[in-house]
Order: sequence, then structure tokens, then C-alpha cells
Amino acid sequence: MSDIFLEIDGKEVKATKGMTVLAAAQSAGISIPTLCYHEKLEPFGGCRLCIVEAEARGWTKLVVSCVYPVEEKLIVRTRSEKIDRIRKTILELLLAHAPDSPALHDLAQVYGADKNRFEKEASFCIHCGLCVRYCAEVKKKNAVGFVDRGIRKEISFIPEIASKECNDCKECFPLCPTSYLQAAFVLTEALVFPSSSE
Amino acid sequence: MARLNSPEALENFRQEILSKRDPKKPCISICAGAGCIASGADEVIAAFSAEIEKEGLQAQVDTKGTGCPGFCERGPVVVIYPEEICYLQVTPEDVPEIISQTIKEKKVVDRLLYEDPVTGERAIHESDITFYKNQQRTVLCNNIKIDSKNIDDYLALDGYSALAKALSKMTAVDVLEEVKKSNLRGRGGAGFPAGRKWEGSRNAPEPIKYVIVNADEGDPGAFMDRALLEGNPHSILEGLIIGGYAIGSNEGYIYVRQEYPLAVKNINLAIKQAEAYGLLGENILGSGYDFNVFVHQGAGAFVCGESTALMTALEGRVGEPRPKYVRSNVKGLWERPSVLNNVETWANVPLIINNGADWFTEIGTESSKGTKIFSLVGKITNTGLVEVPMGITLRDIIYKIGGGIPDGKKFKAVQTGGPSGGCIPEEQLDLEVGFDELTKAGSMMGSGGMIVMDEDTCMVDVARYFINFLTDESCGKCVPCREGLRQMHRILTNITEGKGEEGDIELLEVLSETAVEASLCALGKSAPNPFLSTLRYFRDEYEAHIKEKRCPALSCKELIAFYIDPGKCLACGICYKKCPAKAIDGGKKKIHIIDQEKCTNCGTCFEVCPPRFGAVAKISGKPVPPPIPEEKRIIIRKSKNNE
Repeated sequence: MSDIFLEIDGKEVKATKGMTVLAAAQSAGISIPTLCYHEKLEPFGGCRLCIVEAEARGWTKLVVSCVYPVEEKLIVRTRSEKIDRIRKTILELLLAHAPDSPALHDLAQVYGADKNRFEKEASFCIHCGLCVRYCAEVKKKNAVGFVDRGIRKEISFIPEIASKECNDCKECFPLCPTSYLQAAFVLTEALVFPSSSE
Repeated sequence: MARLNSPEALENFRQEILSKRDPKKPCISICAGAGCIASGADEVIAAFSAEIEKEGLQAQVDTKGTGCPGFCERGPVVVIYPEEICYLQVTPEDVPEIISQTIKEKKVVDRLLYEDPVTGERAIHESDITFYKNQQRTVLCNNIKIDSKNIDDYLALDGYSALAKALSKMTAVDVLEEVKKSNLRGRGGAGFPAGRKWEGSRNAPEPIKYVIVNADEGDPGAFMDRALLEGNPHSILEGLIIGGYAIGSNEGYIYVRQEYPLAVKNINLAIKQAEAYGLLGENILGSGYDFNVFVHQGAGAFVCGESTALMTALEGRVGEPRPKYVRSNVKGLWERPSVLNNVETWANVPLIINNGADWFTEIGTESSKGTKIFSLVGKITNTGLVEVPMGITLRDIIYKIGGGIPDGKKFKAVQTGGPSGGCIPEEQLDLEVGFDELTKAGSMMGSGGMIVMDEDTCMVDVARYFINFLTDESCGKCVPCREGLRQMHRILTNITEGKGEEGDIELLEVLSETAVEASLCALGKSAPNPFLSTLRYFRDEYEAHIKEKRCPALSCKELIAFYIDPGKCLACGICYKKCPAKAIDGGKKKIHIIDQEKCTNCGTCFEVCPPRFGAVAKISGKPVPPPIPEEKRIIIRKSKNNE
């Protein structure tokens, strides 16, 4: 397969067809912040933190690098005043839910995000979907899923599956950026796991 | 009925239908669209049947329940052919008179005709009514002539002749080129040229392709797609089959929202009838072309009107949008080339094939061709569906067709393009309606919702309402939309409740930027429009709310107070009796006083105070005057003409 050459932050980067801008940047040692990205999972494009500026054929637009495919002569800028402002706002919106998340804290420092900017609603989950997608795509168990829609959306363990599969696995636990997943699991286990006699 | 196996067989069959129909035989068409049914059309239809039977006229008169002709404000609408006499707001009690006068005596029942509010003149025909006079109805016009449950009615009006023409006289590329030349742009929202979309699919290498009808009409106040699906389902089906032929697809889907039961019923029936006639299925009209259609009912999510979410839902998964840096016409449903067009777009296709692209491009502006259906609702005299040529001004739609604002109120703004559209103010009313023109004014064409607002509407509250709708409908996948809208809604609610702070506008602007630039799909990207457009044209209202805690439209409950003007109150006692909070202190010949502590701002006193007194006032942004001292409350001198 022929190589594709693109430019990221002024540096020429070699990539192959079908690769995303994020993957190309990572292969060249250029860091782009992410929250919902995981190398073993299908790109999700949910947190929007990896947003970058892409210029092709004279047109510049903001795109999300974890899903945007590389193309020849694409010019990518990973930081700009606008990009930083958007990343800062996204982080502030998430900090309203998970003000003590270490992952969010580190990023907040880089982008000057104020965790008190928006009214807090400490529900902890930031809906990155890492647990749900890891369980579905890698483990193929679907022991945890999303329920409901929009601002009412939350993660939920399915007791019948989780009671059988989770205790020996728990591979999703370290993926959670806010530790809410563990709490949700413990609650499900305590409240609705079928008893062993059943 | 045997399948029609050639265009000639279709034409012969059409002639057979026409020969059995006597054009002079009276036919009573009664709108059986959802709007008229809500106003009692079913009872009217039953009354006609009963009366005709009673009079023994079954052989001499036909009746049919038809699609929506658009004048919902005056429904149920009844049109009597061949004279095309149009009666409005018909009730079952009017039926015997219509039968005895119009059907038997050939006389017009004057009182059921439309009366022009300005000239007082009565209009006998639909086309004489001001509401219709300024419309150009190429898509909607057949609704009132067709019993939507009867394919023969559609065939009698040249139905499926465009399909026959396409299959027998045109190659697939000819059809594609004709649609491209017509510059038909998508009627569902973004206005993408349909021909270019089709071409992308046709040229995509994957051999299996799909064509899809987007009938997930969910904008508050919009019902043009419903009217077409209910009233003339075959026109959509015909367009879809032609589209399938043009791009090389053998399978079509109709994604229709579950909340439209009549539309679901009628489109399913239409498919069955078309299949029986050989207009759908294998070897259509003997051409060798196969095409099948499936109906999929939505599960109640607004976001499924977005193309990628719709396709994800069609695949049987949760209706959430997916990133689309490769267009759906190349990689859509099941990752295959998929052309998704809105109901109205498909309904235009047979017209373009039959009349030619040049006919279509004669109507409209430079960049927006053809006609567009709008649902004209809100504070407007003539609520209903209107079909107008692109390029008509908003002023003409609102005043000439819509009859202006009722109750002598002043126009304030018109919201176009659905919840994520924008509000256009008075000074922009001469704007020509077109895709690019509306976008430039900070709104959009969207699918054609048009909500008219009068001076009593608070624009901050309007923004809050639509952002609330969109927050509720956000799928929750991406942060800028889910979290951004949640915060925007909270801030806007605070402003309307008098809790707005310095910096709120700027914060809303930052959230808007994030949603517009970083959201995953069009719902999030356009969601800040209600805020951005009202800020653009009505910034003073935002500032009044925040800085002076004043609602200029006297609409935001938390920011207004009701007050009885002691100089005007004549102690009639109506407000005292009607106040549900018992907040009014009254008494015989005693000026009434509202106890502000008890008052819940429900506005009942304001509504019931007789206009000749007009003693109850709304106050905003300033303190309520203290109640007048007890000794001054007695009304001493009371002249007789005050009563």
C-alpha cells in the first residue's frame, strides 16, 4: 500500500491509507489529548477533545482527529487559540460532573480549565463509553451498557451477565477516568446480583 | 387485478379508470388529514354517507376522504366537484343543507364559504381564497383530489406516468442528469443538491445501494411531510422508485415516525397496492427493473432525523449519529451507498421527470429552485400548510397568505427551520425565502417549519424553549451537545427567572462556539441557533432580563407582577371571584388590591378584567406601587355610564 504524506504541526508525517489523523500523530510522537479513545476500540468520537484544525485544498476546518482519515498533503494543526478554547470548555463541562478526576485534572492544567466554571452536578460518569465499548468489542460480553438518552444517559451493569462475567475480568476498571464504574459495579453487585442459590 | 406489464398497459388501465368516471358527476371531497380529523372530519364524512343514503343518492354522488389541502385553520374542509365549491368549517349539522342545496339544487351555501376579512367578499372556489391565491401548489395540489387509500385516484391524475417514462424512455443516467439539471435541493434541512447526492451513490463501487425516505418529521409545529404521506403516499413512492432506478438500487426504506399512525397506515397500503399493480416488486412495468420498499417505524427520537442516526437506527441499533467524514451516499446504511432524501424531495421527483428540469428551474431563485411547503403556525390568522415558490418574501407568506397577526397584535419575529433554526425580525421580512438567504439571516430553511411570534413573545424565553427541546432530544453521545446544551439551558432558565448575571451572554457564546464547532452531528452543530439568532436581533431583551430584571415582552413569570390600577378599577369583582390563589382583596365599591405575597402570577385577573376597564396591568423591571390606603379604596362617585 502506498504511503501518504501529511503535515502535522509543521512536521512531515508518513501514514498509510485508512489511518486516522490521531494515529498518524501518535506514530510521529505528536501528542493530542483524548478521553474516549482506546487503541483496541473502534473510534467513538464522543469526547471531542482530540479536535484539530485540518487544511486540505485550501479549505480549513475543525475535525476530530480520532475519526478523521489521513489524506495526501493534509495540513494539521493540533493547537490554536480556538482549539485550546474549545478543549478548555469541554474539560470544564466534564469537570462539573467529575471534579476530582485525575485524568481531567491533568488536562485542566494544560488548558487552564476552571473546574468551578459551570454549576456542579457530581454524577461522576463522563460518558466516554470506554467500559461499555471495551466489554462489547474486546470481551464481547456486553455486561455493561448505556441506558436512556441525552442528559439522562447512564452506564448500567446488566446483573444477569455481570454476575457471571465481571468478577473474573474487571479489565474495564482501570479504563474509567473517574472511578465511577467501580462504584456502579459495587452497587449493582450489592443490590441486584442474582443470589448464588438461584 | 393483474400486474401491469408494460407502460402501455398502465396507460390503457388509466384510460379505463377515466372512462368509468363521469367528470360531471358530483363528488364530495372531505379532508381526512389529521388536522381536519381533529376538527371532526370523521363525523362529517359519516354524516355525508348517512344523508346520501337517506336521500337515495348513492348512484348520483361520490364521496371521498382525501389528503390535507392545507387550510387547517378552517377545517374540516369540503370541496364539491365538478364546480370545485369550497366549504370551510363544515359540521355534521351542515350536511343536509349541502346535499339539498348544492348537490340537488346546484346552489351555493353562502354561509359556508370563505369570507374575506377585509373586503367581506365570499370566495366560492379554493383558488379565490386569499390563503390559496398567493400560493403555488405543485406538490400539495393533488391532496384534495385523491382518496389516499385508492391508487386509482392517483393513476387517474397521471400517477406513475413519470415512472413509466423513466423506465421506458430514459436511461438511469438520463434520469440522474435531469434531476441534477433541475438543481433540486434537499427539502429536509441542509438543502444539499439531490442530483449530486444521487450521482455520488451511483458512482460508488459497492454494487448494493439503498434509497431511503426520511419521514422522521419531528420539528415542533411542522407537519408538511405528514400531510404528503397521509394524503398522497404514491407520489413519494413513485419518486423513490425513480431514484432507485437512477442510482442502481433495488431496495428502498421509508423511515417514518411512530407518532404518525395514519401516515404509516397509508404508506403501507400504498406499497401493497403498487405491488399488486406491478409498479413495485419484480420486473416493474415489464422493464426488468426490480425494486422493493420496506417501512421502518421510528422509536421516538428526534435525532433519528439526522442521516447517520437514522441509518444506525435502521440497522437495528441505538439511534445515535456516527462520525461522517465519508458521506452516507458512499458509505451509509450497512456501510453501503445510501441516498437519503426527505419526503418532500422525493415527491418532487415525479414532477421533474414528467415536466422536465427546465420547468422546475423556472420557479424559484438563482440557487433555490421549485416550490417549498411550509407549515405556518403560531400567532398567525391562517394556520396551515402553504406551498410557495422559492423567492417569495417572508412578508408575503405572513401577511398575504397567512392573513397577518390575529387580535391586532404586532409582529415580532418568525422562527424558521425547526428548533435549531433561527428567529427573523421585522426588519428582515422582505427577505426572499431560499436556502442561502435564510442561512445568511442566521436562520435556515430546515424542513419548513414557520412559527410566527407576536409582541407578547419573550425572545429569551423562546431561546430557552428550543434549547430545552434540543437538550431533551440530544442523544448524549458527544460532550459539546449533551453537556453544552444542558448548561445553556440552565443559564437561559436563570435569565428568564431573573437570576441572570453579568457574563452570562459571553458564557453562552463560548458554549455555542463549542457546540457549533465540535459537536458530532448536525443536531449539536445547529443547536445554539435559537440563542445566537435571538441574541443577534434581540440583544436588548437579554440585557433587560439580566441587568434590569425586566422582561420587555411582559411574559417571563418570575419577572412580572400584576397590579390593579386604582384609577381604573370599578370594583366589578370579577377578578376577585376568579383569582385561584385568593390573592385579591375586594368588596362592594371597594378598589381591588392584589396581595403580591399570595399572587402566583397566573394572569387570570389580567385576562378576566373587562376590556372597558382594563384595570389590571403587568409590571416588569420596577417595583409594584404600594397598595392605596384603606380609606381611599371606597369608590364614592360612580357615574352610570361606567357600568
